[in-house]
Amino acid sequence: MIELAHVSKWYGPAQVLDDCSMTIAKGEVVVICGPSGSGKSTLIKCINGLEPFSKGTITVDGISVGDRTTNLPKLRSRIGMVFQSFELFPHMTACENIVLAQQKVLGRNREAATAKAAELLARMGLAEHATKFPAQLSGGQQQRVAIARALAMDPIAMLFDEPTSALDPEMITEVLDVMVKLAEDGMTMAVVTHEMGFARKVADRVVFMDQGSIVEDADKEAFFGTPRSQRAQLFLSKILQH
Amino acid sequence: MFAGFDFGILWLNAPFLWNGMLLTLQLTLLAVSGGLLLGIVLAVGRLSPIKPLAWLVEGYVNFLRSMPLILVIFWFYTLVPKLIGRPVSGFYSVLIAFVMFEAAYYSEIIRAGISSVRRNQISAAKALGLTNLQSMRYVVLPQAVRNMIPVLLTQSIVMLQDTSLVYVVGLRDFLTSADIVASRDNRPTELYLFVAIVFLIVCFSASRLVNRLRRRYAL
Repeated sequence: MIELAHVSKWYGPAQVLDDCSMTIAKGEVVVICGPSGSGKSTLIKCINGLEPFSKGTITVDGISVGDRTTNLPKLRSRIGMVFQSFELFPHMTACENIVLAQQKVLGRNREAATAKAAELLARMGLAEHATKFPAQLSGGQQQRVAIARALAMDPIAMLFDEPTSALDPEMITEVLDVMVKLAEDGMTMAVVTHEMGFARKVADRVVFMDQGSIVEDADKEAFFGTPRSQRAQLFLSKILQH
Repeated sequence: MFAGFDFGILWLNAPFLWNGMLLTLQLTLLAVSGGLLLGIVLAVGRLSPIKPLAWLVEGYVNFLRSMPLILVIFWFYTLVPKLIGRPVSGFYSVLIAFVMFEAAYYSEIIRAGISSVRRNQISAAKALGLTNLQSMRYVVLPQAVRNMIPVLLTQSIVMLQDTSLVYVVGLRDFLTSADIVASRDNRPTELYLFVAIVFLIVCFSASRLVNRLRRRYAL
């Protein structure tokens, strides 16, 4: 469903992505991890064209992301994305956040969009918060609204860019629970995260990145059992210590 | 202190002065709305990825901001009739001058307001499939407007004061009306004092309103 082939990217003289190739099949959950600055976030943002890339090709559901003739807004509307800092629209209520793109992009009418928002908020355990503004919600609640906002578009795949990194520890679980549920329901997911517990639980594959390149791309069991690369071993030993 | 002054003159000329005030308010309102509309267009142009367009707008804004307003009023007073080949009322030439001039200032305020919205908000809007224009319209501008409303209102208060410059083309705004009465009845002190007090009251209450809005809409 998602295919990256030899993707490279430079910011001026600095190379941030170096010949990255990977595929994510339909229904697969791929966790992307690695030290900060390794290019994970950049890579995932290339998938929906939020970040342009310099070389290589990315195709999503057969559509080339880098192609100049591709209708990027249309493609993006089919790929959900969740950001580290939630990025809810602060001037809209939770419900309005979820309704906006349904109406303006998918052309759903107000009733249908609102009904969908209510259903998703209920699924996220946030039914009573529909009319609240983001500033009135906790981080965990905001992130769940953000997930609902992405799901409202009926995406074919979901991208998560460090969805729990900005959260207080006690709120991480409520967001991860929602993501686990989503994975179990068969959603195609690419998740940049340091939550190895999440990876162990639902990932099909783990991709390890360092200094802009994909160092390891392995089945979950293989990755956590015996990572082949030294760098991945070192990384794992560091984050699994505690 | 006010012995020998005759403030009854204000009462006698109240309808005349009120008409002047109406013109002042009308000019301010039209100039502010027109300036805002053009200002938005300029700000979007200045932030446009199309470089020549951004430069053109930047040139316009910097040029007008370097000019004294009174000069711009003189220009349009002589220029507009020549451009369209027939005489134009002072009101319209002055209004055009105000709109063009204020738009330069408004566009800078709007540009700052737009830039104050975090870049990731645009990413989030785009990730949902909104086009650039839709992201601007539904996500960036509503937030930017909240940030810039206090500054825009302050600029509009300045605009209200600046309308008195239409004196130079003989439009009967509030100050000009007062001046006419002052010279006719030889009562300059009473009249100018009155004008000062009215401006003080209007501008002071407007500033208070701005401060209340600032507190209310702080995001």
